[in-house]
Amino acid sequence: MPDIQEITLNDLKHLVSERAIQGETVLLNMGPQHPSTHGVLRLLLELDGEIVVNCIPDIGFLHTGIEKNMEAKTYAKAEVMSDRLDYMDTVGNNLAYSLAVEKLLDLDVPLRAQAIRVILAELQRFASHLVWLGTSALDLAAMSMFLYCFREREYILDVMEMCSGQRMMTTYIRPGGLWRDVPVEFEAAVRGILKTFPRRVDEYEALLTRNPLMLDRTYGIGKLTGEECLNFGVTGPMLRASGVEWDLRKDRPYSGYEQYDFMVPTRTEGDVYARYLVRLEEMRQSLKIVQQALDKLPIGPLRSNNRKYVPPPRSEIGVSMEALIHHFKLWTEGFEAPQGAIYSAVESPRGELGVYLESDGGPKPYRIHWRTPSFDNLQSLPLMSKGVLVADLVAIIGSVDIVLGDVDR
Amino acid sequence: MEKKLLSILGKLEKEFGGSASEYRGDVSLVIPAEKIVAACQQVHRLGFELLSALTAVDYWPKGASSPQGKNPRFHVIYQFTSVVLNLALTLRVPVPGINPSLTTISHLYRNANWRERELWDMFGIRFLGHPDLRRILMPADWEGHPLRKDYPLGYEEPQFTFNFDEINLRKPHAKE
Repeated sequence: MPDIQEITLNDLKHLVSERAIQGETVLLNMGPQHPSTHGVLRLLLELDGEIVVNCIPDIGFLHTGIEKNMEAKTYAKAEVMSDRLDYMDTVGNNLAYSLAVEKLLDLDVPLRAQAIRVILAELQRFASHLVWLGTSALDLAAMSMFLYCFREREYILDVMEMCSGQRMMTTYIRPGGLWRDVPVEFEAAVRGILKTFPRRVDEYEALLTRNPLMLDRTYGIGKLTGEECLNFGVTGPMLRASGVEWDLRKDRPYSGYEQYDFMVPTRTEGDVYARYLVRLEEMRQSLKIVQQALDKLPIGPLRSNNRKYVPPPRSEIGVSMEALIHHFKLWTEGFEAPQGAIYSAVESPRGELGVYLESDGGPKPYRIHWRTPSFDNLQSLPLMSKGVLVADLVAIIGSVDIVLGDVDR
Repeated sequence: MEKKLLSILGKLEKEFGGSASEYRGDVSLVIPAEKIVAACQQVHRLGFELLSALTAVDYWPKGASSPQGKNPRFHVIYQFTSVVLNLALTLRVPVPGINPSLTTISHLYRNANWRERELWDMFGIRFLGHPDLRRILMPADWEGHPLRKDYPLGYEEPQFTFNFDEINLRKPHAKE
């Protein structure tokens, strides 16, 4: 195996135009170490002056073999890997995994656990959108937005830490319920967020929405129509910014989303600016959902009582022999899931996050596939970036809101 | 099962054979490999405009040595979503273990382009007529297909103070 792999233009001639082979256009490498590629995305750009003729994404720099690793672990242990996929939406990944396992096992989830799942998932969505807003505004040279957004994100990460002991890799949502109850400080902390954050979102709007520089850089750039989005498998805010009202929380409700009153924001322009408006409105709607879920947070158990799949509460282990046996068996050899294959999907901040899970009747997932939204959303980048300036390409990458852990898995 | 989905399944079953099965509310239909493009065209026409997922399962050692027939090594799974009708449908395609290949559907569903590249990279399933069938996640000069069941997971030996140097000697380091 050679130490450095050499790729000649001849290997890529089906991807570039005729003019590149004749030397009329320039091929330029962008990334993987480039601040505006949001991680380790590498782009091979074919440029005619400053105009992008072709854009060839090269992914895989963050490939960690998570699917293969999960197949080698029991269901309980494999969940830890799910946090590491999309590191901006860790709670959402846990939720997707737990819902898939619950669907496979036909497990029930208590109402209190469902409501806390919704609260945390929506806070995480808000935090993820904050990172997107900060970094994509930074790409457009709005430095202060980045600092404001990360200031607010810290409050949400504090809530995560309060619940799970971890700021990011929480593994708090488990198949059958939650790890444990939320602490007593939880409600006050979330109410504090609900009180201050709407004003903060207004501040972001005041800084960006009517900002002439922002409009110059984003309006009418990176357009996608609704059909193109669906054909490219683009989901989430990008799809909704192109006029297709499709949100799994609304259309295929899970975890009790049907009880909450919220709106699915859509725009029809399909450009970078529309995506910005959709995401900003989604942040407001997330707070609305959190408010409703917190107001009527039910009291009750946190985990399913199905002891064949869900470990018993800690308090029972000292007094019940059966609980001790179940605890021991479930944490050592795991449970044997029924044979079958399911697909379940949730709405992550980036789109449809799906889990294909197949069991052969053993204690480990026989095959688990993550349908990650960034992977499909990023595929539309060559289409969006044809004929734009290099500087606009940076704005478009920001608007896709890629997380490379989500793309490469 | 919903009425709309039943009528769609009826049409597909009549045209492509096989029978639909339901498990926990997920409806799947087994389609023979040679009819997959026609089936996808029909599915697209029936209103499933979004290809949600495209993945595969390896049933090794089952079917590892049989070239064709009833003992396929792989199943390729096409997961479709209809936004207009709010329905989901799964197509499963058995693929033999020796020289596994399918025809591409990347002209119908554009996001199948990368998804098929991923299947080539991870499972070694070739897609005939694909415009750009290169590896996507693994390095271009990688050998083997990691998500196959006969591909070992691999690990790194943990180094402690007492055996650090000994393990360091046989550890594969990056060359200068």
